[in-house]
Amino acid sequence: MESIPRIVPLVVVFPIIGLIINLFWGRRLGEKGAGWVASVAALLSFAMSLALAGYLVSNNFQAAIVNPPLIGEWIHIASANVNIPWQMRVDTLSVTMLLVVTGVGSIIHIYAIGYMHGDERFARFFAYLNLFLAFMLILVLGNNFLMMFVGWEGVGLSSFLLIGFWFDKAKGEGLKNSNAAKKAFIVNRVGDFGVLMSIFLMFWTFSTLDFFKPGEVVNTHLAEVSHGEEAAAEEAEAATPEDESHDAEAAAAEGEHGEVVALTSNDHLELSEMGVFGQAERMLEDNQDVTFGPITLSLKTTITLITLFMLLGVTGKSAQIPLFVWLPDAMAGPTPVSALIHAATMVTAGVYIMTRSNVLFVEASFTSFLVAIIGAGTAIMAGYIAIAQWDIKRVLAYSTISQLGFMVAAVGVGAYSAAMFHLVTHAFFKALLFLGSGSVIHGMEHGHHHVHEDEHGADHDDDFDPQDMRFMGGLITKMPLTYLAYIIGTLALAGIFPLAGFWSKDEILADAFTHGSDGHADGWIVLVLLLLAAGFTAFYMWRQVEMVFHGKPRSEAAAHASESPVIMTGPLMALAFLSIVGGFLNTPSILGLDQIFGLHRMTTWLEQSVVNAHAGEFQPLIAIIALGLALGAIAVARSVYGGEKAVTEDGSDPLAKGATAGLWQMAHTRLHWDEFYDAIAVRPYNATAYFLANIVDWEFLHDYIHNAIIGRGFKGLGDVLSKPVDLGIIDGVVNGVGSVIRRLADWMRQSQSGYVRLYAISFLLGVVLVLIILLIPMINQ
Amino acid sequence: MEIGIGAYVVLSAVLFTLGALGVMLRRNAIIVFMSVELMLNAANLAFVAFARQFNDVNGHLFVFFVITVAAAEVGIGLALIVAIFRTKKSINIDSMNQLKG
Repeated sequence: MESIPRIVPLVVVFPIIGLIINLFWGRRLGEKGAGWVASVAALLSFAMSLALAGYLVSNNFQAAIVNPPLIGEWIHIASANVNIPWQMRVDTLSVTMLLVVTGVGSIIHIYAIGYMHGDERFARFFAYLNLFLAFMLILVLGNNFLMMFVGWEGVGLSSFLLIGFWFDKAKGEGLKNSNAAKKAFIVNRVGDFGVLMSIFLMFWTFSTLDFFKPGEVVNTHLAEVSHGEEAAAEEAEAATPEDESHDAEAAAAEGEHGEVVALTSNDHLELSEMGVFGQAERMLEDNQDVTFGPITLSLKTTITLITLFMLLGVTGKSAQIPLFVWLPDAMAGPTPVSALIHAATMVTAGVYIMTRSNVLFVEASFTSFLVAIIGAGTAIMAGYIAIAQWDIKRVLAYSTISQLGFMVAAVGVGAYSAAMFHLVTHAFFKALLFLGSGSVIHGMEHGHHHVHEDEHGADHDDDFDPQDMRFMGGLITKMPLTYLAYIIGTLALAGIFPLAGFWSKDEILADAFTHGSDGHADGWIVLVLLLLAAGFTAFYMWRQVEMVFHGKPRSEAAAHASESPVIMTGPLMALAFLSIVGGFLNTPSILGLDQIFGLHRMTTWLEQSVVNAHAGEFQPLIAIIALGLALGAIAVARSVYGGEKAVTEDGSDPLAKGATAGLWQMAHTRLHWDEFYDAIAVRPYNATAYFLANIVDWEFLHDYIHNAIIGRGFKGLGDVLSKPVDLGIIDGVVNGVGSVIRRLADWMRQSQSGYVRLYAISFLLGVVLVLIILLIPMINQ
Repeated sequence: MEIGIGAYVVLSAVLFTLGALGVMLRRNAIIVFMSVELMLNAANLAFVAFARQFNDVNGHLFVFFVITVAAAEVGIGLALIVAIFRTKKSINIDSMNQLKG
């Protein structure tokens, strides 16, 4: 049993192997091969995750910390006492995320084999999906914030690659897709700045980035409750095999007399033997200050800063106000990508990291308040916008933002277990809805091609958009399986008893109520906003069902749509099943259901690694109000859109006229968020870039400095050097020497007359001269 | 009557001068050639005269060398003159100025 956690690196390794195979041999494998390689990699990761879950159950939920073999230390500077290892953490929280990511991921991989059929970059798509899985798994498995950040950035990269996957589509679509990818990437950079700042602050404050160190008791509250031998046994097991020194310590603590001393706290540990969260708790008890150069802040203020920066990152990755704007555009990616990355897994990373850091958020009351308000505000705003969208995937995108708002708000009111619960159920039914919408789009495209078959198979109908709900309608008879799955997803999302969404949403609402009753104003705000948002949710989802499936077909394509192949409907059925039963993961004690499914199973499970997790009390009144609101909203939606009147004669929404016109228009224009960012960020940025590029770089640096000063100066200097200096002086000297010698030679050659007699005379004269010179000294004697 | 060394030296100088003037003034290659011989023999006469005067055998030795070299010179010189005459039909040395600068 001890060795089971050692398999955890395999969870990441399998997708990497799949990625490598598809990267190098994907084209040769063909569609089936490439798709199944990736899917099998995901399924193997899922199997590993199940094994890890089994290990935790059989081992009293005690976490294990694993150092992956072969890759060694990451950052280790002994002199500066910096040590950031590659270390993976297997605990109930990370395994929950593992199961969701690999489980839903596997289903979506298989679905994508059908959905991506015929795509020219089929293998690359699956390579990217596996890349995403690998990074997402690193994100949830890391035992320190820096490893988490590696995954965090990695999933951002994969998201970028997959949103812009169809960058080469015709008619400007490709440009739109790649712009959406860039938008997602750039907006997320703003959030990543926050994550980085919070990591820096944490490292400065705690000198470590580890969540928990080996041998540390995570939830001391639980440890205090348990007694005697049991606690001691848990303690001994808490120590991982790697940490031998602590094993010895734990053994010593049991005492020699057989008397069991329960290690129910971390009191025996040095500060440096604890991770970020343990240190934070200890230091708060001691009320220590933190010094940043000339500034000294109390630890509480520092933690508030850390969490505020983290919140900025969360608003980026988890698409909350104010950084949510990238997610609706991210729907430009293929639908399986929207389901996996932009609904079920990556966007929940923010909720995961806040739940992981619950110790800090509980201490930072201001941040928690802000988190609650942002979450609830996002939930209702996105729900409102979703009401007036035409694009089937855009509705779901805003719905995702809204549901993420629910989770974030839950974190804000301290309902960590409810947030994670909703994260899991949402992954089920939102993946289901996205895959359902993918199936609808697939069917619509089929119908479209069927109609235009005669016309050389090319698209001639420029106005046709397979995602626009105005062209749909009446698909219930064409795609019965998809309809069944979609209606289950819709009801689950709307929170209809007893589907998954009912339980998780209700727990959030109940927790908000409890929080409010404890005297926190944000509890009441969250409760009211989320109840309204829940109403919106039911309304826009039923509107969508009416528009897509009910009524009569509003286009040729819809009339000829056909059901998707089994490889797509199969995953739909699997997710539909999960959406039905997912809610019983955390059943409250009501109607005797807890007798069947166990009481608050998920909370009990999460408590082991999330210190502040607690089971939400079931509030029958809240549940009935929420259910009533949802059913009421569905009824209203049915009366507005039901029958034949989902879209009016002139192709607009029934609500777009009359008393509701203003409200509808406001939602339809998405509250002008994009225009707002365009005005405050994009246009000033472009103007600055234009100023820097055209005025500073081109006109000043290029035209003035380069051309006028350097260029002309250089040319002038060159002119001086080349004409007077080179041509005049240097050439003059060289030519002058030449011509002097030539003239000298001309003069001297005249002596070479060729007359022998003249030579003889000069010879004689020479001899006479030599003789005279020789004789002169003699004369003087 | 004993003829003194001075007479020999004067005769040698006269012969040398005549030779030198011949080399410088005459245009016929044969004559120039003969004038060169005259100068050589003037020098020979001076050598012999001084050798006898100072009773030194080196003077005689030199004369033999000069006669040998002059014989070789005559061989080559006359061959050159014949060769030139064959091409130019003239032995006027002023016409042999093709190598002027």
